[in-house]
Amino acid sequence: MADQTLDAKGLNCPLPILKAKKALTPMPAGSTLEVLATDPGAVKDFAAFSRTTGHELIEQSVDGNVYRFVLRRKA
Amino acid sequence: MADDSGTKSMSIIVTKGSLDWAYPPMILSTTAAAMGLNVTLFFTFYGLTLLLKDPDLKMSPLGNPAMKMPMMGGHMGMPNFMSMIPGVDAGASAMMKDMMKKKGVASFAELRSLALESEVRMIACQMTMDLFEYTTDDMIPGIEIGGAATYIEVATQSDINLFI
Repeated sequence: MADQTLDAKGLNCPLPILKAKKALTPMPAGSTLEVLATDPGAVKDFAAFSRTTGHELIEQSVDGNVYRFVLRRKA
Repeated sequence: MADDSGTKSMSIIVTKGSLDWAYPPMILSTTAAAMGLNVTLFFTFYGLTLLLKDPDLKMSPLGNPAMKMPMMGGHMGMPNFMSMIPGVDAGASAMMKDMMKKKGVASFAELRSLALESEVRMIACQMTMDLFEYTTDDMIPGIEIGGAATYIEVATQSDINLFI
């Protein structure tokens, strides 16, 4: 179970990334954020976001047309 | 601007102010800021209108053969002469805005406020303001006024410099 969930379903690029960043900022280091999105571009984008920012992408799955990402906030 | 902490940076010269061209600088700057970059936008010529308090963004199919709108299962372009008919450009702009809303694409105003919120530095070109007779009262708060040298200084210290 992630510490917090962000529903970004129905939002298109770059909103899922922007909202994820906004959600992560006040979270304590090490806590986890689950992001739900329907934008297929989010798969590559969250990987790139994670590599660039250091917020680790610890889980990733897809259920129907909903993509799920879990990010761990960096220290 | 690049700093000692190794933070990356990006600058964009924003020269166009139509609805379609307004998006790339806003999408890239908000995303770069979300990814931890310091971002500076320099608004010049028609790009300057993107800093107006209430920009009424429009686009035109005129001279734009690549603009094909999804219609009745296919894609349809518009002949140039259509643009001369009053209301056609406004209609195409409204159609684009409606399509964006339906597809979950952020509005320009939303992206611009997200950019300001994420501390994207916005510089309005002083010369363009003089040329088109705009004052700071016409512009949104939180922007700076500067010239070519201001931009060049930023560009020399940026990892990514784009012209849109």
